[in-house]
Amino acid sequence: MAMNSQGRPSKPLHTFDAGAYTDTFSGSRGLDQAEPLIFERGRFDNTGVDLPEPKGTKTRLDGLERSGELGLPGLSEPEAMRHYVRLSRKNYAIDLGLYPLGSCTMKHNPRLNEKLARLPGFIDIHPLQPHSTVQGAYELIGELAHWLMTLTNTPAVAMSPKAGAHGELCGMMAIRAALDARGEKNRRRVLVPESAHGTNPATAVQCGFTVDEIPADEGGRVDMEAFKAKLGDDVAGIMLTNPNTCGLFERDIREIADLIHEAGGYFYCDGANFNAIVGRVRPGDLGIDAMHINLHKTFSTPHGGGGPGSGPTVFSEALAPYAPVPYVKTDGEGWTMVEHEDEARADGGDPFGRMVAFHGNMGMFTRALSYMMSHGSDGLKQAAEDAVLNANYILARLKQVMTPAFEGTCMHEALFDDRFLKDTGVSTLDFAKAMIDEGYHPMTMYFPLVVHGAMLIEPTETESKAGLDRFCDTLEALAEAAKAGETERFTNAPVHAPAKRLDETKAARSPVLRWTPAEDTPQAAE
Amino acid sequence: MRYLPLTPDDRKAMLDTVGVSSIEDLFADVPEAARLDGPVNLPRRATELEVERAFTRMAKKNLSAGEAPFFVGAGAYKHHVPATVDHLIQRSEFLTSYTPYQPEISQGTLQTLFEFQTQVAALTGLPVANASMYDGSTSCAEAVLMACRITKRSKAVLSGNLHPHYAAATHTLAKYMDIETVSQGAKPGALDDLIGSIDDDTACVVVQTPDVFGQLHDLEAISKAAHEKGALVIAVFTEVVSLGLVKSPGEMGADIVVGEGQSLGVGLQFGGPYVGLFACRDDRNFIRNMPGRLAGETVDADGRRGFVLTLSTREQHIRRDKATSNICTNSGLMALAWTIHMTLLGQAGLSKLARLNHEAACELADRLSAIGGVELVTGSFFNEFTLRLPTGAAKVVDQLAAKGVLAGVPASRLYGEGKGVDDLLIVAATETNTPADFDAFETALKEIL
Repeated sequence: MAMNSQGRPSKPLHTFDAGAYTDTFSGSRGLDQAEPLIFERGRFDNTGVDLPEPKGTKTRLDGLERSGELGLPGLSEPEAMRHYVRLSRKNYAIDLGLYPLGSCTMKHNPRLNEKLARLPGFIDIHPLQPHSTVQGAYELIGELAHWLMTLTNTPAVAMSPKAGAHGELCGMMAIRAALDARGEKNRRRVLVPESAHGTNPATAVQCGFTVDEIPADEGGRVDMEAFKAKLGDDVAGIMLTNPNTCGLFERDIREIADLIHEAGGYFYCDGANFNAIVGRVRPGDLGIDAMHINLHKTFSTPHGGGGPGSGPTVFSEALAPYAPVPYVKTDGEGWTMVEHEDEARADGGDPFGRMVAFHGNMGMFTRALSYMMSHGSDGLKQAAEDAVLNANYILARLKQVMTPAFEGTCMHEALFDDRFLKDTGVSTLDFAKAMIDEGYHPMTMYFPLVVHGAMLIEPTETESKAGLDRFCDTLEALAEAAKAGETERFTNAPVHAPAKRLDETKAARSPVLRWTPAEDTPQAAE
Repeated sequence: MRYLPLTPDDRKAMLDTVGVSSIEDLFADVPEAARLDGPVNLPRRATELEVERAFTRMAKKNLSAGEAPFFVGAGAYKHHVPATVDHLIQRSEFLTSYTPYQPEISQGTLQTLFEFQTQVAALTGLPVANASMYDGSTSCAEAVLMACRITKRSKAVLSGNLHPHYAAATHTLAKYMDIETVSQGAKPGALDDLIGSIDDDTACVVVQTPDVFGQLHDLEAISKAAHEKGALVIAVFTEVVSLGLVKSPGEMGADIVVGEGQSLGVGLQFGGPYVGLFACRDDRNFIRNMPGRLAGETVDADGRRGFVLTLSTREQHIRRDKATSNICTNSGLMALAWTIHMTLLGQAGLSKLARLNHEAACELADRLSAIGGVELVTGSFFNEFTLRLPTGAAKVVDQLAAKGVLAGVPASRLYGEGKGVDDLLIVAATETNTPADFDAFETALKEIL
């Protein structure tokens, strides 16, 4: 393949049918500039950081000094700046436009949060400093814990889980520890609805449980008869998402809680969709025993291209003693942190252990608390209501041209299936890719699995009515174009994106997971 | 409310379109008994200025690392981060983007992850790296699970000098999977007898270098012994800057290398978010069993190079209860910060930075161990070493803090009181320490002892 000076192909491998494609000499597309890998600049002796010269005194490395080149280039500051700014322009972001990702909750990320998280008193303190020197940090963690326990009406919260899935692990480990404390080694079966996130079954297995799926009923909720039939003295508990991933509130949740408790099991609630009910419904009132809260979803900490998240986990009285170390506590005067299991036992607890080196993602705690205080109890309730209203507005506006998966209203996300695309030759994937050309990030596709060709749209509360109207107009027009037989518009999409459709099969069949100098990588040069 | 765009008129018009009379109708599925009548008992909304005031008040109660001579390490290190790093990670397109599941409009994130993987592979001396984990301790725990999947064995031998929090996180993750973790307890200044603990059931040996006390270890003998028994070696580090100066664990025979990347780009942040680094051998069986995300190279429909998340059939969203881990989020933004800092340094800058760190630690170790009654426990070290004090280290640290010196981590803070390490103080020095910091530490310690 012909390559230009920046190591990118200078000619397409094959001509694309869309007709919209125009070749360039540089590999750039106007302001969308081609950007090589840092390794292709070959500046292996350069650096963008000025450091004083080492003295060259003798070392105490015991002969373990590295020899040979690392093979890592250094870019000067302006080169690095351009590299990353150019790359950033190849990303979609919530600050650019609507991210209608169901179950992922892409809402506005206030910059006040970023500013406060960067106060030196928060960002420049060490997790093992003497307790007396970090009283404000402990106070902040304690304050956030108070908000989370109040909003959920639960008596305990573990702050250390690093992400939602880590919080699930925290909750399920507490359940396992409670069962072990009861001496019930037979209880190893966890009930998980079909519509659950993939993290739920994966988490259950990591706690030594087996997974038993519960089907959904025709309305998209837990099939109560199937659920009841699965109860027994080997059931450890249930993992339920509420509102669920079909965008519906599980009406029978009180009965589910009562039945699982009567059967001797515990109730884990996946809190991924807490943002739909925060300030209006307290999960503790629904009978849950544990629930993680994705701070990035409900309380607006930014997604950052895939993390970091933060997943504090709240507990009922029954599970509270098993919460992991460390945790903060106060005697009303000052704060301290309980870091060891024996200290916690002396405190009346029986922790299942420690999940992580330090005490969680403090940087996310500051952002979440800033968001909570900015909204207040009244604003959080309003935010949940607006999220639900926005989703229902989309459902109402689009139900004539797209096919809602279920009848009636929804919670904070609207679920459609692919029946409206039947016989058009356009798949859910194609439809999603066509949205890119219209300036939108695609919605969540093919999830939940219980719905064929699912399209799950979550607008969140931070979208305006005018913005939602434009979005609905676009989706209506796309749906009509698909039905009118404009298939190529979809199957060729995206055309107006930094990259055309990428070959994911090739990437998986012959994996290239790092850059290597050309002579060593026949597969990279093919 | 400043973050909510809907006006009362909008809400009314939208309810009309939906065909309901009030917002209550949309919450009709919530059981009567669970509906809140009034607001929860929390403060009402606050203005931007009010929130800032509340945060500033709490932040002022903390003594930040920049305000005092600072020598605290043991898993998190204070380094200077170039201003460019924080500027770039705050660009909207990085900060507010989602996991790159739609590769056509996520090439920025994907290419940086590919570069990150390449950098991590080069530093660790192993050819395959993933696109980051939560932090070093969870990487360590996941590596043990991975080794058990690969070897189909269920015993992990942990060095007693592995950071106790890493050992605890590993034990927690392993115990419900019926994986036994074996450890002999701390041996400051030495390598414990790991070889004698390896048997035919051993899936892996986990050894940290530099270890929690700062001691460096040659892994070649342990690698050879482990491999002879069919066990894997997992090498752990908590100070990534060390890899700019010392031999890489991959070069010494480690099969999986995991560690904490916090030192580059990320900052102290009171314990998180950090960035877990994870690398392994280029072996199909290893890659298939690796946790977390991978970015891979491919081409688009025009034949142009592009990047995608790949080999996701290992992951929870595809494999559900058969997945290699339940990890969904990685530490994307911190990985970006790490890779930007690493790109600015390059190999020339990193090796210089590493040398500066080592020289600072050598000088400080010499000065402090010259004080009467103070003994240097660690024979070889990178930028962190351990002192045996004539009295309890926890009390000394508190006394030094009262004198305005943040002196290090008493080993008892990590292991608990009365575990035989009460007189040990773990001290870290970096390029951020000035001669005046050294003077202050030495003077204050002399006064106390």
